[in-house]
Amino acid sequence: MDFVVAQFLTGLASASSLFLVASGLSIIFGVSRIVNFAHGSFYMLGAYLGWTFVTNLPYGHLGFWGGVLAATVAVGLIGVAIEIVLLRRIYAAPELFQLLATFGVVLVVQDLTLAIWGPQDLLGPRAPGLRGAVEILGQRFPRYELLLIVVGPVVLGLLWLLFHRTRWGTLVRAATQDREMVGALGVDQKLLFTSVFFLGACLAGLGGALQLPREPVTLAMDLSIIADAFVVVVVGGMGSIAGAYLAALLIAELQAFMLVAPPFTVLGIEIVLSKMTLIPSFIVMAVVLIVRPYGLLGRPMAHARAVTGMIEPVVRPAPRELKLVGLATLAVLLLAPLAAGDYGLIVLTEIVIFVLFAASLHFIMGPGGMVSFGHAAYFGLGAYGAALAVKHFAAPMSVALILAPLAAGLGGVLFGWFVVRLSGVYLAMLTLAFAQIVWSIAFQWVEVTGGDNGILGVWPAEWASNAYAFYYLALVLCVAGALLLRRIIYAPLGYALRAGRDSPLRAEAIGIPVARIQWAAFTCAALFAGLAGGLFAFSKGSVFPTYVSIPRSVDALMMVLLGGVQTISGPIVGAIVYAGLHEQLSRLTDYWRLILGLAIIVLVLAFPQGIAGAAQRWWYRGKGEVA
Amino acid sequence: MKIRRRDFIAGAAATAALAGAPAIVRAQSATIKIGEINSYTTIPAFTLPYRNGWQLAVEEINAAGGVLGRKLEVISRDDAGKPEDAVRLAGELVNNEKVVLLAGTFLSHVGLAVSDYARQNKVYFMAAEPLSDAVTWAQGHKYCFRLRPSTYMQAAMLAEEAAKLPVKRWATVSPNYEYGQSAVKWFKELVQKKRPDVQFVAEQWPALGRIDAGATVQAIAQANPEGIFNVTFGPDLTNFVRQGNTRGLFEGRVVVSMLTGEPEYLDPLGDETPEGWIVTGYPWDQIDTPVHKAFREAYQKKFNDYPRVGSVVGYETFKSIAAAIKKAGSTDTEALIAASRGLVVDGVFGPYTFRAIDHQATLGAYVGKTALKNGRGVMVDWRYADGKDYLPPDDVVRQMRPDTT
Repeated sequence: MDFVVAQFLTGLASASSLFLVASGLSIIFGVSRIVNFAHGSFYMLGAYLGWTFVTNLPYGHLGFWGGVLAATVAVGLIGVAIEIVLLRRIYAAPELFQLLATFGVVLVVQDLTLAIWGPQDLLGPRAPGLRGAVEILGQRFPRYELLLIVVGPVVLGLLWLLFHRTRWGTLVRAATQDREMVGALGVDQKLLFTSVFFLGACLAGLGGALQLPREPVTLAMDLSIIADAFVVVVVGGMGSIAGAYLAALLIAELQAFMLVAPPFTVLGIEIVLSKMTLIPSFIVMAVVLIVRPYGLLGRPMAHARAVTGMIEPVVRPAPRELKLVGLATLAVLLLAPLAAGDYGLIVLTEIVIFVLFAASLHFIMGPGGMVSFGHAAYFGLGAYGAALAVKHFAAPMSVALILAPLAAGLGGVLFGWFVVRLSGVYLAMLTLAFAQIVWSIAFQWVEVTGGDNGILGVWPAEWASNAYAFYYLALVLCVAGALLLRRIIYAPLGYALRAGRDSPLRAEAIGIPVARIQWAAFTCAALFAGLAGGLFAFSKGSVFPTYVSIPRSVDALMMVLLGGVQTISGPIVGAIVYAGLHEQLSRLTDYWRLILGLAIIVLVLAFPQGIAGAAQRWWYRGKGEVA
Repeated sequence: MKIRRRDFIAGAAATAALAGAPAIVRAQSATIKIGEINSYTTIPAFTLPYRNGWQLAVEEINAAGGVLGRKLEVISRDDAGKPEDAVRLAGELVNNEKVVLLAGTFLSHVGLAVSDYARQNKVYFMAAEPLSDAVTWAQGHKYCFRLRPSTYMQAAMLAEEAAKLPVKRWATVSPNYEYGQSAVKWFKELVQKKRPDVQFVAEQWPALGRIDAGATVQAIAQANPEGIFNVTFGPDLTNFVRQGNTRGLFEGRVVVSMLTGEPEYLDPLGDETPEGWIVTGYPWDQIDTPVHKAFREAYQKKFNDYPRVGSVVGYETFKSIAAAIKKAGSTDTEALIAASRGLVVDGVFGPYTFRAIDHQATLGAYVGKTALKNGRGVMVDWRYADGKDYLPPDDVVRQMRPDTT
């Protein structure tokens, strides 16, 4: 019993830490609809700045708490700077485009932190007076954890007072419900948004600084917290702060107690819960979203796009000139091997595979209006499908390349059925949950998938083993796939899909089964992502869980956003630019993340519609038409 | 037969060298290009000292006139911690830069991916740091050599110490991926072989980099073991130690811990370093053999920093490569492989051999205890554990290494 109490208290302390970060994220999203990928970076900066302030201030109570406070405010100010310089300029851009901008910030912060604080982990100082432990029912419990247990609910209470007892809070809540109306009533929205961003960043900074006595300060803090924070926000219901606390509590306690759960057997497979610490939060999220599509305490939100006054442009057939550009590009790709050399071919092969991967994601994101944060699941299912066929059944490459899209398609059928029941960020997060579940199977089922050491020896068949042959194989399959996807957009399925995106109610009213159409489209996208994954496996000769990991999904998302969601050529342009930039920069300089991040930020500011979107606008403006 | 062929090649090279003086003049202007890949942006704490190490080695080699009269030129790439990127970069180095061999990698899966590329494309690969046993055993092959002591070797060093202790109830805590899983597997097997009376009463498998330290410590304490075998490292270790110290987990219990004595992992623990842990590591400030002293001084002079294990690994990797090229008398892949089998290198820890049987170097590690001195962790009562004493018998190795070419 005493042990259960201690474990429960430990869970409470973790819940508080998680809540601080998640609440900031939730507040920012609630008002600005920005999915702030850089929130983890704020958390990390809070820890690093806190470390600097605390160790450089005179030691003692004032030193520690003064340092934490200074770090909190400093991170808030950094948040304000980012909001004013970057995000404010792109509020009018399509939904989720800001995600791309904040991803650029993540990359920049990673390299700056490394440059400023160096590579070694830093040991955070202990809080004065809270170093030791107290006895609780015979178990020793750290004093500092007791403090954390209190901090969470206190912050929750303060936030509640702030939102319900101040004029500012009232305005923020009003803006959360209807931004346009608040603006019409004469409230300075810019100031409101900036102040909300300040508060959110402060909370992340505080969360980071308060970790000092618990965790070392490391360069991996940003990415390790961000997925968890998103999960908490979504499980709680986006914009709901009480929900975030509830979700943090649920997940932290679950993780604390599963460490001591005895192994059990399901369908003859022994399940050791204490080995699966990363997954339960995603399973909780999947279950919660399936049962409650808006999280535990969330409510359906007004469509964020309303404020920008933008409607999706009608997809028109490409003008003759664009078709010519496309043909010219294809001709260049066909002739490229004459000049590219062996390595050039390797890079081109990778790029054409990414074009298909990005096109498949674009298919559900653009015409489908379903953003996926977990598209790597289908890429990975394809890669693993092919590799497993080769490894366990000695399948030839041709068979494996047929199995790859089938495996991914099956995944699409299964996961898609749940996914299409949701919308917006909830839908995106459910795809992420499924991707993480696939990842954990690839990672944990060592006997079959080889675990993190992957599957080696997945090399192409003899006839395709030469770089030229494999390039043409990839080119033919990927171009065919991308063209087929394009064809579907103009087919009845594509029209029905767009109808469902633009107005689900009207679409249903004229007899379009929106969910079923979306399900079919989702499966279709999974199929093509799987083909890309299968080709990728053979081009690399090996398959690893990294193919299914979050960064792979993020890459695909970045390609689509960079190219432009609402143009059919967008993913193609995006894949070429993003993969090309990454390839060039990573060879040129150690600080490639910094430069890639800055490049993304510049592109975001210059082309808020994506590169292809900007080109399209420019083209139609030249023609005197309105895009 | 093999020896004869190798002698023939060496002889032929020498003859060619004597006969073709103009060729040598031409060759002197050209450098020997070596391709190097590592996770510089993902694991900078280990890979940046590693890069310093190999830069020092290359500088020394070139200052002494290079190898075969030619200077070494290293072309280095960052794989961002992704095996798929590493494979692409390997292709770039081999096809574009025309490197004569590949070297490097830290993460096991990245190492295995590059190794498989090397096997497929018949390129020599010197795996520097990846610890996975698979590199030289299950997935080992002709083209791949590995410098660092493997997971098995490090676990065997600690199992030897653990078996001497009066401990009967062990708990393990280990990051949940291949390295952690193998370390625990070997430790259990080797300890139980020597001490059939011990039992393992609890296992904790935190995710790498994501330990829930308070709950993990509590769960181990609940099983009340007498000894703890720890495999966590880096931030996980710091978290684990802090929670363990505060909650009194380590009081009256022995802890045996992988890699914790390495400065990369010991130094961040600062004044909270637990005392009396039995660890593998690198007491860089206390090894006063002339070779190591010279290395340490040269390193400190060049970088104004002290060497880490990564520094030694980087240094030895390129010293080994130079030795292999020198012995082979050419940069031809087959000649390099022949020369590397049984290659003896005089390293800063002492001499070590690249075994012909599995291409594993017998580089060792230091085994000792942790202690606190002047507010920082140090290793005391240490000894050098020579890698050759911590490898399984040859017939067992042959069974584990299907590729016998």
